[in-house]
Amino acid sequence: MAEIKKEHQLTVSVSPHVKSEETTSRIMWSVNLSLLPAALIGAYFFGPRAVFALTIAIITAVLCEHLYQRGMKSKITINDGSAFLTGLLVGLNLPPSVPFYIPVIGSFVAIVITKQLFGGLGFNVFNPAAAGRAFLLISFPKLMTIWKEPTAAFVQMDAKTTATPLGILKEEGIAKLMEVFGDKTNLYTELFMGHRAGSIGETSTLALLIGAAFLFYRGYISWHIPVSFMGTAAAMAWVFGGKGALFAGDPIIHLISGGMILGAFFMATDYVTCPSVKKGQLIFGAGCGFLTMLIRLKGGYPEGVMFAILIMNCFTPIIDRGFKTKVFGFKKPDSKETKK
Amino acid sequence: MSQHTATKINYLELLTNGIIKENAIFKLALSLCPAIAVTNSLRNGVLMGVAVLFVQTMVNLTISLMRNFIHPRIRLPIFMLVISGWVTVADMSMAAFAREAYKQMGLYIQLIVAFASILARAEMFASKNKITPSMFDGIGMGLGFLFALTTISFFRELLGRGALWGFPIVNTKPLLIMILPAGGFLAVGVLMALFNWIDKKYLKSKTVTH
Repeated sequence: MAEIKKEHQLTVSVSPHVKSEETTSRIMWSVNLSLLPAALIGAYFFGPRAVFALTIAIITAVLCEHLYQRGMKSKITINDGSAFLTGLLVGLNLPPSVPFYIPVIGSFVAIVITKQLFGGLGFNVFNPAAAGRAFLLISFPKLMTIWKEPTAAFVQMDAKTTATPLGILKEEGIAKLMEVFGDKTNLYTELFMGHRAGSIGETSTLALLIGAAFLFYRGYISWHIPVSFMGTAAAMAWVFGGKGALFAGDPIIHLISGGMILGAFFMATDYVTCPSVKKGQLIFGAGCGFLTMLIRLKGGYPEGVMFAILIMNCFTPIIDRGFKTKVFGFKKPDSKETKK
Repeated sequence: MSQHTATKINYLELLTNGIIKENAIFKLALSLCPAIAVTNSLRNGVLMGVAVLFVQTMVNLTISLMRNFIHPRIRLPIFMLVISGWVTVADMSMAAFAREAYKQMGLYIQLIVAFASILARAEMFASKNKITPSMFDGIGMGLGFLFALTTISFFRELLGRGALWGFPIVNTKPLLIMILPAGGFLAVGVLMALFNWIDKKYLKSKTVTH
């Protein structure tokens, strides 16, 4: 619709007729912009290696999209920012000190296998970035779980490896986590500011929330998925997270550690792979939260956000069908036969 | 397919039919279980393919021989009996001659009994055609199956282990996912798409409707 610029051109088309400034590329670049704070914080804490990984991931993603579309002789859409966004998300989901081929493989899988082979933007079943990261995590279990201790890494280059807060929580329990971070307030602040081990872009809750606030302000994401996602996860963490007793867990740790914020605000809300009806989005988010906590508390991996999103992506078509909106003025027919 | 009996039989077409037009895995999407379960190394894939080739050919031969004596109402149990008989032969010969491989994939050899592709060819072709075309059809279908399993396991072992037939080929870090079940689904899907793309673009075989 955006191409028609002549003032008096008459077009005959089906609804919707309301035109706005919003285009796919505008939304995509806005989301890219909203991830900038998180990327900057990641770069600050994890240094040149993190910047390197991010750059490689983005370049590969855009390049793959370009080459594939050229090979298929279809319209080249790298300027709409969606490939850039996928690359950025793949990069933000990587541990800081990965070798160069990890982001290359991740972005390739995300763009070519998960997105383009299914028909490109709008046709992919799974969230490309989450699928890319899942592929990497299963392929390179060792490399993908080397976590660097955050330092102001442009100043001092040698970094120690350490475990993520969720890893510590899983392996050694909450007491050890307290020991590492001092008291509870300190733990919350460190986690909130992003001064902890983890993927490049997932550490700083603050930076991610700034980006998410921008998206809310522009109306690009609605509250349904993030709130139901994090609400369910928090409830599960509170009820089942404690050792021995019910209702003794600490939901806040679970919310602000791991990839929960990044996943709930930026990855689960992907337009293509989440349900488009609001009620369905609530179910989708709740399912993501439930599966995340199931994996975190009972599964083999310390973190489950990405797997939860991928699993719920499978259910998106069913959820959409179940919550089909009624046509205005439509009355439920009496007999079953009138169904189209 | 019964027109083959009436007109002159094109044996080459019968052979290629099973390999390309009606490739059990890539075209008909039948017997996907072994295509994922046993293809994590080239050797297993090829052995499985050979076993299926053998069973398919012999089953087609036997059914075709017996086709005038089988009462239509009980044909499926009889097909199953014939199939399980030949699978037992394959199973026991493998246990005798390829001991090591049999330890790894003996269970899957026995599972050939339940392969949809074999029963489908017995029902659709062998029970309606003479012995020679049935045998060629069996060889064609078996070769198609062998081809599919070889391709899938070739890529899975090369990417997932960096090796072929157990010998290391490349020295990079392998993509572990490719020898896990998830990688099996990925490989089957991508190769199926590639096969159909090539077929559509260059071979242009028409899909046969029965």
